Amino acid sequence: MTATADSPVWPASAPDLSGASGAARPAIRLDGLTKRFGKDRGAPVLDGIDLEVAAGEFVCLLGASGCGKSTMLSLIAGLERPTTGTIEVAGPAGDPASASSAKPGHAALMFQEAALFPWLTASGNVELALRLRGFGRSARKAEAARLLQVVRLDGAADKRVHELSGGMRQRVALARALAQQADVLLMDEPFAALDAITRDVLHDELVSVWQRTGVAVLFVTHNVREAVRLGQRVVLMSSRPGRIARQWHVQIPQPRRIEDADVADLAREITSELHREIERHSTGKPGTENRSNESNSAGQEPVHV
Amino acid sequence: MSDPFAPTGPTGLAEPESAQSRSGGGRDEGFARLEAGLDALDAASRERVPWWRRTLRSALPPVVAILTILLIWDAVVWLKVKPAVVMPGPQDVWNALSSQWTPNDIGSAIYHSIYRGLLGFAVSIVIGTVIGLAIARFRFLRTAFGPILSGLQNLPSVAWVPIAIIWFGITPAAIYMVVLLGAIPSVAIGLVSGLDQVPPLYLRVGRNLGARGLNAVRFVLLPAALPGYVAGLKQGWAFAWRSLMAAELIAVSPALGPGIGQVMEFAREQINMPLAFGTIIIILLIGIGINQLIFAPLERRLLRTRGLTRS
Repeated sequence: MTATADSPVWPASAPDLSGASGAARPAIRLDGLTKRFGKDRGAPVLDGIDLEVAAGEFVCLLGASGCGKSTMLSLIAGLERPTTGTIEVAGPAGDPASASSAKPGHAALMFQEAALFPWLTASGNVELALRLRGFGRSARKAEAARLLQVVRLDGAADKRVHELSGGMRQRVALARALAQQADVLLMDEPFAALDAITRDVLHDELVSVWQRTGVAVLFVTHNVREAVRLGQRVVLMSSRPGRIARQWHVQIPQPRRIEDADVADLAREITSELHREIERHSTGKPGTENRSNESNSAGQEPVHV
Repeated sequence: MSDPFAPTGPTGLAEPESAQSRSGGGRDEGFARLEAGLDALDAASRERVPWWRRTLRSALPPVVAILTILLIWDAVVWLKVKPAVVMPGPQDVWNALSSQWTPNDIGSAIYHSIYRGLLGFAVSIVIGTVIGLAIARFRFLRTAFGPILSGLQNLPSVAWVPIAIIWFGITPAAIYMVVLLGAIPSVAIGLVSGLDQVPPLYLRVGRNLGARGLNAVRFVLLPAALPGYVAGLKQGWAFAWRSLMAAELIAVSPALGPGIGQVMEFAREQINMPLAFGTIIIILLIGIGINQLIFAPLERRLLRTRGLTRS
């Protein structure tokens, strides 16, 4: 990334540099977040979630089906409303002018499908995000080119979506998400549909973009190793109702590899915990009656070294 | 974050980056090569076909088809299945057309019919689009008028001709009424189905990107619905054209001026079979021509840019 060496790729959140106000401000704060669908009967999808993601932190959200992790992202992105509880998302930090003009608390969202618009080119997709943020024609052309360079797709700017591979599409989607300049990037299993080789490469890409931009990432996955490979913190959720069961701080230094022994060890530990969470559902008891938090010592967060 | 896109940002984030690239330069380069290799392997290659081969590929089959039809037609005439008076050959039809082909006769009729067809179709697009948007947007309207609209599409619009003539007399208004009633349902239904087929994910993405209200319609909803809409327009044109022919054939009056339908009616009165056949061919050719000149390229482009068809 020589071209961007002298210019910040995306100085979205740099709390330690932007002043005193930003330092204490988390990127995301969820307080007693509960979500039920339909009538207020049955178990809620999410039940009393308290979670804080620090500015610039990379958090992986892990859980079996039905733990409400995708719902949580939709809520944080503002696509759905919580039943109870509050959601705070950091807006552009440190600058009162932009904080008042731009929508505060905006989080960029990426899906398992790239969901690029097929009537636009790769560059056009990124430009649309910029246009909707009020960029003029020439500014957004230049900016889109720069963002595509960040994900190493400057050669594919004029390609149509169907001419791109699955991995390239997700990188364009990443560039489009970066174009939103949010302090928070929400990713809903963005690599789940990719082949293993591509996924491995995109792990490197994502970590590199994260390190350069300082954006906070909340990354939802089913894949334990992926979570350990990427996250600074792995949050395990229980299913039905969705609650935070346990979390781990991952202190393996980046760059990590998915095949590293450290990664495998921690993944094994988390997997057995995940299996215990899933097995609770085989008894047929409603999940509300035995919270795993009470049965094991998840209150203190085990730290992996 | 005063101006995040300034060439040298205020936050100094460039610092850690350069540090990183210094420490991991070799690794970075290898990674870039790995990724470029993957891209090259995965991406669909765009095959280039020379223009003359493309033209040949698309023009040859129709030419073969036309020649085949002419041959069979000639053979049927030569075998005298029907008397020559009622079953003219291609040569007779050609002679009839070329002898009548003066600006005052067929030429003027063609001009007037195409003009009426296109004008009626244009008005149908406007009205049909408004109706389609309303029905797609409001559940009540859809439930109330959706079935009626589908019914109207099935109703042969020639059935409206008697009513139109009684209401408006033999005037252009009567003809336009029939054309509009023929074309509007197709346009509206095409738009509704186009809008219905927009993946909900696009709307969620659009909202996350900040497209709300009119922006969502303009940048996400309409482009996404375009293929269905164009299919509706194409069918709308077909209905407009055939409704026009039906109306012109029945509503004949000097006050209306010339039209292809009137030529047909004239041929019937004169029992001029070569001219009647010739008129059929003209109606066909205009229908095919508008389709090939306007809708086929439009549709091809739409589908190709979205990767919904091979080259």
